[in-house]
Amino acid sequence: MYNTYTIHKKAIVLCIFFLSHTFFGCNQNPIQTLPERSWVLMWSDNFDGKAGISPDSTKWTYDIGNSGWGNSELQYYTKRPSNVQLSGDGNLIITAIKESFSGASYTSARIKTKGLFSQTYGRFEARIKTPTGPGIWPAFWLLGDNIDQVNWPMCGEIDIMEQRGQQSAITHGSIHGPGNFGANAITKGYGLTSGRFDTDFHIYAVEWGEDYIDFYIDTYLYQRIKPENISGKWVFNTPFFMILNVAVGGNYVGYPTSGTPFPQSMYIDYVKVYKHS
Amino acid sequence: MKRILYTSAHNAWLIIIIIILNGCYDRNVDELLSPGFPAKGEIFIDDFSSDLIYAAFGGSDVKAFQIDNKETYGNSKASMRFSVPDANSALGAYAGGSYFSKTGRDLSGFNALTFYIKATQSATIDVLGFGNDFGASKYQIALNGLAINTNWQKVIIPIPDASKLISEKGLFYYSTGPINEKGYTFWIDEVQFEKVPDLGRITGSIFNGEQRNNSTAEKGSTITIDGNLATVNLPSGINRTIQISPSYFTFESSNPKIATVSTTGIITVLDSGSAIITAILGNAKANGSLTLASVANTLMPEAPAPIPNVNAKDVISLYSNVYTNVPIDSWNTRWKYSTTENSFIKINNDDIIKYYNLNFVGIEFSANQINASSMMHFHIDMWTPNATNSPNNVKVMLVDFGANGIYGGGDDVSHEIIVNSPVLTSSKWISLDIPFSSFTGLKTKSHLSQLVLSGTVSNLYVDNIYLHK
Repeated sequence: MYNTYTIHKKAIVLCIFFLSHTFFGCNQNPIQTLPERSWVLMWSDNFDGKAGISPDSTKWTYDIGNSGWGNSELQYYTKRPSNVQLSGDGNLIITAIKESFSGASYTSARIKTKGLFSQTYGRFEARIKTPTGPGIWPAFWLLGDNIDQVNWPMCGEIDIMEQRGQQSAITHGSIHGPGNFGANAITKGYGLTSGRFDTDFHIYAVEWGEDYIDFYIDTYLYQRIKPENISGKWVFNTPFFMILNVAVGGNYVGYPTSGTPFPQSMYIDYVKVYKHS
Repeated sequence: MKRILYTSAHNAWLIIIIIILNGCYDRNVDELLSPGFPAKGEIFIDDFSSDLIYAAFGGSDVKAFQIDNKETYGNSKASMRFSVPDANSALGAYAGGSYFSKTGRDLSGFNALTFYIKATQSATIDVLGFGNDFGASKYQIALNGLAINTNWQKVIIPIPDASKLISEKGLFYYSTGPINEKGYTFWIDEVQFEKVPDLGRITGSIFNGEQRNNSTAEKGSTITIDGNLATVNLPSGINRTIQISPSYFTFESSNPKIATVSTTGIITVLDSGSAIITAILGNAKANGSLTLASVANTLMPEAPAPIPNVNAKDVISLYSNVYTNVPIDSWNTRWKYSTTENSFIKINNDDIIKYYNLNFVGIEFSANQINASSMMHFHIDMWTPNATNSPNNVKVMLVDFGANGIYGGGDDVSHEIIVNSPVLTSSKWISLDIPFSSFTGLKTKSHLSQLVLSGTVSNLYVDNIYLHK
């Protein structure tokens, strides 16, 4: 999510993954033997409330502005209800709009739990219906609480969900840390064999322990990253906070085209964080 | 360098995705075989499917379509080649035709027609689609204005509601003309119906997705639903909008006692009152609606126009029950761009002309031109139910063909009088008695040949049109 300079290596990893996944997808559903873990809910937001109001200020704060966020993104993030509001029927809606705003051509929103909630290890999950369109870049991700002290990428980053709007049937899970950013990010894609992520809700989750991070889509484990898999230092043993955003354009996703439909909304049914019992 | 890396990675992605789609696609087709019409999706892969017939559209170059073995997609054996003729070619004015099945096919298991296309130059194909069976073409769809270039590109034309297509004969059609009067060539290959796994949801629209209002529809009148569209988000994330026939929709009236809608999208107003017309495509509500506040009889004047009291010997009458009228060629010439309809009605035995859908209407009497040289006034009675507040108006124009008595010829003169509030009043007879001196542009009046009524009111009743001293 942060400073992804090229994705060449990522793509190779993804290609290998896809070839293997294809055979699963077109035959029987793969049967996975997953580790049994029991969870205790530590934090959640179901986004209940009246339509048009802002999300709970005891749980979420905002990133505001159009600095490009290290990725040459085009949007201006605001906290206006037109960019981020409750739906009234239990969802949070983050909407990217094509409009002229303080020098930017697009507006959107990026909310985070920084300073309000963070946790080391556990299960972080959200049920989301993502937006679509070339140049649209929705994400649900975690950053190390110590980012202001040690800076990025030393703080660590766990991307539970990132999508490119021009590939609405594919989602990605990644980590970034020292030595594992830009071209060296550890990442993997998961493709739906039928259907798309923008037409239905899906559950995006990581289960994170002292020496592993497991990436799930719905109930399917599609990637496990362990300290021995990465070249850089394992910086994933401190509290992390959560971020939800819809970026428009950037190094990761490319730029919107005249055919990109606007506005584009990400619907979040809930966010839940668990700890091992 | 960064950009190059990105691009190559991106291409690798596409190849992988295609492999996945094809792999899954084959399996789906096997499952779709049913005892009814064949559920075959192939139209042209390397040759035609055996049930297909090609017919060129009338006026087109009948030899525009040929099978080509040289320029093919992915080095396949053959493609379809289309030679668009030059403008004014003796061969035909355009390239166009339809491929239809003799027997019909069950396409209900697919979600799109797909093919690859390229051309000798950048071009815009006027229309591509399916559902044209040279008959009723009940389920026709059209993709208009597709931009193509010299590279092969895959085109996806979504099926708005595949459950309707259980015995479809019209499988593929095209039509396009020269560009800047010059012909060119394009190729199409690998034409098939398929189930594209990552096609987005389809959304229907009627009235181009607009929320329209109609407060002047009368009992007994009909309104055709236009702007029937379907929009789908393609796997590339962009939207594609196609025109679709009304038969794909299920139309609904919120009040069937006031208005009903036929399966072909024609609204019939049954009575005065309110009704909202909406539509469903597949299982989802379509965008766009028509809110009707229809009227039954209130549009009509309750009383006849005031009875003229000018002495008959001082009058040349065009239309009145009181006087003997001169012959009139036409009360509605239906000139180009005129939307005006008219009918002749009676109110208490008084004959009245009703103009509706009025933008302008020509009334012509050139075969029996009127010599108004001794006349001093033009008179007309009018009644409108429409709003008459500013800037609404009614315009009255008189045209004289001049001494030569023919249209054109350099001596035609005319003048238009604009009538607006407070003279123009809603739902009330108004009598205009305009001195010819007010028609300042009407320099001559001995060969009066036309009266033109126009304005912003869509309904206008007129009576007692005459000239007098």
